[in-house]
Amino acid sequence: MDNMIEQLSIGSVSLVTLATAALLLIVLVFVTYGIYFERKVIGWIQLRQGPNRTGPFGLLQTVADVFKLLIKEDTIPNNADKTVFKLGPIISFIPAFVVLAVIPYTENLYFANLNVGLLYYVALSGISTIGILMGGWASNNKYALLGGMRSVAQMISYEIPLVISMVGVILMTGSLNMIQIVEGQAGGFWSWNIFPQIVAFGIFIIAAVAELNRTPFDLPEAESELIAGYHVEYSGFRFAFYMLSEYVYIYAIAGLTTVLFLGGWHAPFAFLSFIPGLIWFIIKFCSIVFFLFWIRATMPRLRVDHLMGLGWKVLLPLSLVNIFVTAIVLELLK
Amino acid sequence: MEQYFNQYIIVAIFIIIGIALPFGALTAGKLLRPKAPTKEKQTTYESGNEPVGLSQVQFNVRYYMFALLFVIFDVETVFLYPWAVAYQELGLFALIEMLIFVSLLVVGLIYAWKKKVFEWDSI
Repeated sequence: MDNMIEQLSIGSVSLVTLATAALLLIVLVFVTYGIYFERKVIGWIQLRQGPNRTGPFGLLQTVADVFKLLIKEDTIPNNADKTVFKLGPIISFIPAFVVLAVIPYTENLYFANLNVGLLYYVALSGISTIGILMGGWASNNKYALLGGMRSVAQMISYEIPLVISMVGVILMTGSLNMIQIVEGQAGGFWSWNIFPQIVAFGIFIIAAVAELNRTPFDLPEAESELIAGYHVEYSGFRFAFYMLSEYVYIYAIAGLTTVLFLGGWHAPFAFLSFIPGLIWFIIKFCSIVFFLFWIRATMPRLRVDHLMGLGWKVLLPLSLVNIFVTAIVLELLK
Repeated sequence: MEQYFNQYIIVAIFIIIGIALPFGALTAGKLLRPKAPTKEKQTTYESGNEPVGLSQVQFNVRYYMFALLFVIFDVETVFLYPWAVAYQELGLFALIEMLIFVSLLVVGLIYAWKKKVFEWDSI
């Protein structure tokens, strides 16, 4: 995909459009089978079978679920603000897909090679919060309002440690370009950012789980207290788009973690570099996704009064300290 | 320079496809799904009870505090990112300047901490 758009012409633009549509298809397949494996993995951890009825090994379960959502009646409450209600899931989904433009898969396979790639990711992923707030507010439902407000408070609180923890990586590389960040981690697993930036990695993973609204941070949709949270009034395909954007963000966060901390497409040992970079990327990517499923099955939900304390009192000071420790060490090593 | 702008054409294509999918899927859904609204279906859901009042009311001020803090620290990151990119060339002087800047904002964080903004006492 590199240099694909060096010359601006109708041919190159339509080629990129086709490639982008192919990526969308890959992401949709990832979401379909990500949900399937999430249910299977959690099932195995809890000594259950997981979905196993629809199709061989239950492989068509999510496909059937999506089709069911497509043909379900779409109800909008009379008291809802109809325009905002309809826009909410769409605004939530668009940035989830658009951030994928900057994630490089190998040195030759990437879409947009922006010199501000990381900033682009951070800036756009914040917009999804507005979609959730719109859904929660426009539903005119008490559960939805509480869920939407909690969700926004949680997402903006954990976005700060998330973006500040990335500063450590930027300090090491001296660039916001995703490809340069990966190239700075070449040469064996000991040069990956996860080791010098282990504190930042821990903060990043915790804050990312909170950003994704997943267990143990799934308070916005805590079933036992808020029924479903901000999307309680949504049905049919509008509900599906909220779910879709959540899972597309899992794809984005897994890709971003691989690029920032796990050396992207680089092999852990030099003698393993005969295996193509894309395979390494996929292995690392899948481990992160599995890790997210795993903690969902093992961790209990956080209490709501502990939620803000963790983000502001622990993660934020820790991430600030991490920046300055990194900067001082870089200064001493110069 | 031309290369630089061309990368943003890819971003524009992503935005167009990102907009096209929800609109396309929701329009396709409109053709497939039944539409039989009744008065009961369109009431607000409140666990089976008759809904009481509206929900678009004045809300807990705590969320506004978080939003304010978010703006402060998000602006801080806007300054931290270019500093981090250029740090290797700037050296010790930039480090001390950034330490002063961040500690000024940390004073604000400590103030909010002491004012118990991060305590969660009601909904």
